[in-house]
Amino acid sequence: MNETVSFLDREPAIEHKPLMQIERLSTHYPLRSALFSRRAGSVKAVDDVSLTLYEGETVGLVGESGCGKSTLGRTIIRLEPAHSGRIRFEGDDITHYTPKQLIPARMRMQMIFQDPYGSLNPRMRIGDMLAEPLLVHRLASRKDVRREVDRLLGLVGLPASAGNRYPHEFSGGQRQRIGIARALSFRPKLLVCDEPVSALDVSIQAQILNLLQDLQQELKLTYLFIAHGIGAVKQISTRVAVMYLGKIVELADTEELFRKPRHPYTQLLLNAYPPPDPALRRERARVILHGDVPSPANPPSGCRFHTRCPYAEQRCRIEEPLLTENRHAVACHYPLE
Amino acid sequence: MGELLKVERLQIAFRGDQGETISVEDVSFAIQPGETMAIVGESGCGKSVTSLAIMGLLGASGSIKRGYISFLDTNLTAASEQQLRKMRGSQVSMIFQEPMTSLNPVMPIGRQIEEALRLHLKSSRKEARQSAIDMLRKVGIPRPETIAKAYPHMLSGGMRQRVMIAIALICQPKLLIADEPTTALDVTIQAQIIELMQTLQAENGTAILLVTHDLGVVAAMADHVAVMYAGQIVEAADVYTLFRSPRHPYTQGLMNSIPRLDAISGGRAPAIPGQVPSLHEMPTGCRFHPRCPYAEASCRELQPELMETGDRHRVRCWLTETSEADQIAVHRDTRQKVAL
Ligand SMILES: Nc1ncnc2c1ncn2[C@@H]1O[C@H](COP(=O)(O)OP(=O)(O)OP(=O)(O)O)[C@@H](O)[C@H]1O
Ligand SMILES: Nc1ncnc2c1ncn2[C@@H]1O[C@H](COP(=O)(O)OP(=O)(O)OP(=O)(O)O)[C@@H](O)[C@H]1O
Ligand code: SF4
Ligand SMILES: [Mg+2]
Ligand SMILES: [Mg+2]
Repeated sequence: MNETVSFLDREPAIEHKPLMQIERLSTHYPLRSALFSRRAGSVKAVDDVSLTLYEGETVGLVGESGCGKSTLGRTIIRLEPAHSGRIRFEGDDITHYTPKQLIPARMRMQMIFQDPYGSLNPRMRIGDMLAEPLLVHRLASRKDVRREVDRLLGLVGLPASAGNRYPHEFSGGQRQRIGIARALSFRPKLLVCDEPVSALDVSIQAQILNLLQDLQQELKLTYLFIAHGIGAVKQISTRVAVMYLGKIVELADTEELFRKPRHPYTQLLLNAYPPPDPALRRERARVILHGDVPSPANPPSGCRFHTRCPYAEQRCRIEEPLLTENRHAVACHYPLE
Repeated sequence: MGELLKVERLQIAFRGDQGETISVEDVSFAIQPGETMAIVGESGCGKSVTSLAIMGLLGASGSIKRGYISFLDTNLTAASEQQLRKMRGSQVSMIFQEPMTSLNPVMPIGRQIEEALRLHLKSSRKEARQSAIDMLRKVGIPRPETIAKAYPHMLSGGMRQRVMIAIALICQPKLLIADEPTTALDVTIQAQIIELMQTLQAENGTAILLVTHDLGVVAAMADHVAVMYAGQIVEAADVYTLFRSPRHPYTQGLMNSIPRLDAISGGRAPAIPGQVPSLHEMPTGCRFHPRCPYAEASCRELQPELMETGDRHRVRCWLTETSEADQIAVHRDTRQKVAL
């Protein structure tokens, strides 16, 4: 119904300034023949993805495990080399910046990592870990640094005394919040949040989501919010992108996507969400996606979803559907009405 | 029927720079063979520490100060390290919360699963390899033959978590401790893993201690639920009772803050106001009183016991004793009406 709307209308109402433009981006991991018995090829973890993140918005990124969400997040902030395509940040093409050229942008693009333990230095006290970037980048003076660290800890619901402790002394969810505090200490413009609340219970999850929303308002932050918790994605996102096997298959305003998913994959994904009610245990629709996730090293021809799609036709096996360019974008030959 | 696992008045402390801190206080529960018991509660409330204590994996700085844990009538608190190791290899296995910390970074994942199997089943290399690949397939890893040769860093977060699940399940344990087993998984695979654990349970009579904050998973799997707050169990009941008529104000808050699919996007989630107390500054009286909308003078002064209020339903709240729990429900209704 929005089919005729021009590309420009895809910009959210709040701000029209693009912060990050991702153009036809691909990230491949080599399959080394020494390791894998078959001939060497590559895993196309992200394959020809285009997406613009506008200042002050949150784009939710969902999709099955292994579809390339973390890889996309890591590539756009240059933690993973791009195979092809372009990344523009604040107008500058940073795709091939040298590490030195990247330094100023690095601080402005931060990531909350999926594996909090692996991303914290086990031998450093939390307080020192948070203070370091503040001092190195002169975001706080020696005199104020302690207060700033306490403030950051407070933001994520940890007591100031946490600063004196080491990562292993915290619970999983506490470590996840330390990761959030650390990312925030750089005062970024763009924050890639990779499963930032997955290890948190609903109540603290709600606090963190509210915090992210407040910070966004205050500092005009832009988020790429990766999560499989659909409830959280729905709450925080302006738009939602659905990924399947390295590609974006649907992109729409949040309300619209949940109300009226158009890609068959999105529909199945939303249906699989377990209702928080034991009485519905047996009635729960068994719409588990059938079939194996195909190999990203050797994706199916035509539409990548055709091997599992209940609506697939002959055309789907041959011709690859492209993501449309309207506000509710979908990559499917027979989108749901 | 005898209990498989019994935890009685457990108290756990950690030694640190600032002296000793108690992270689990007076925790008691039991699990029957074949049963699924869930522990839920806010981040830092002591869920993982309780599970690690059962495994005998509290580390050098942690210790059980009081109480005991018995498994198949063996007192684990008095068991030797050797006995514990034997038990971990064959009768109890654990899915750890953070996969990267428990996978070996320099060993292909297929090998890691084989080793777990060979540790207690004297199977040949070849059989073990086949079982490992079958198990990878069961946990939903595509192309298991190829992935078996990959190292942990080459897998996505959710794939690592499933490898851990494969390691834990392949030994067919009597008790499976699953600490946030599905946090890194999307709903489709989550459903598959839940189904797999339930199959295992039906086939081998495995009991499951499920540690999670995901009430959707609890609703789908658990028979019995214990809710923890600040190191203590504050409510325990069968899953239907707990979801239908939670009695502890904290449990009620937890139920209310479930993010809902029908909520408006951009809206705010109803968080329980305030923060979990730090272990060093535990409030007097009921540990939840600073955040409780119904707290009275007695709540601030006296610590409530976990009181039996019905068939295996236990609540740690003064209001329950004076049978004002129904009043809470009334309060809650009016509050919701006001909010509307
Ligand atoms: N360093 C690496 N070497 C080889 N392959 C990799 C590497 N990192 C990721 N991959 C592969 O790339 C694909 C995408 O991985 P990615 O971590 O981006 O998935 P994801 O969508 O974040 O999944 P999850 O929800 O499980 O975290 C997977 O098939 C994974 O095995
Ligand atoms: N090795 C340790 N040394 C000191 N304190 C610890 C240690 N491990 C855990 N703690 C503390 O014990 C408390 C309980 O931790 P636990 O890991 O059991 O929490 P949890 O309920 O599993 O939380 P989460 O949902 O965040 O994983 C926390 O306050 C934590 O800081
Ligand atoms: S293009 Fe065809 S196979 Fe792909 S999702 Fe649409 S209907 Fe299904
Ligand atoms: Mg990931
Ligand atoms: Mg934990």
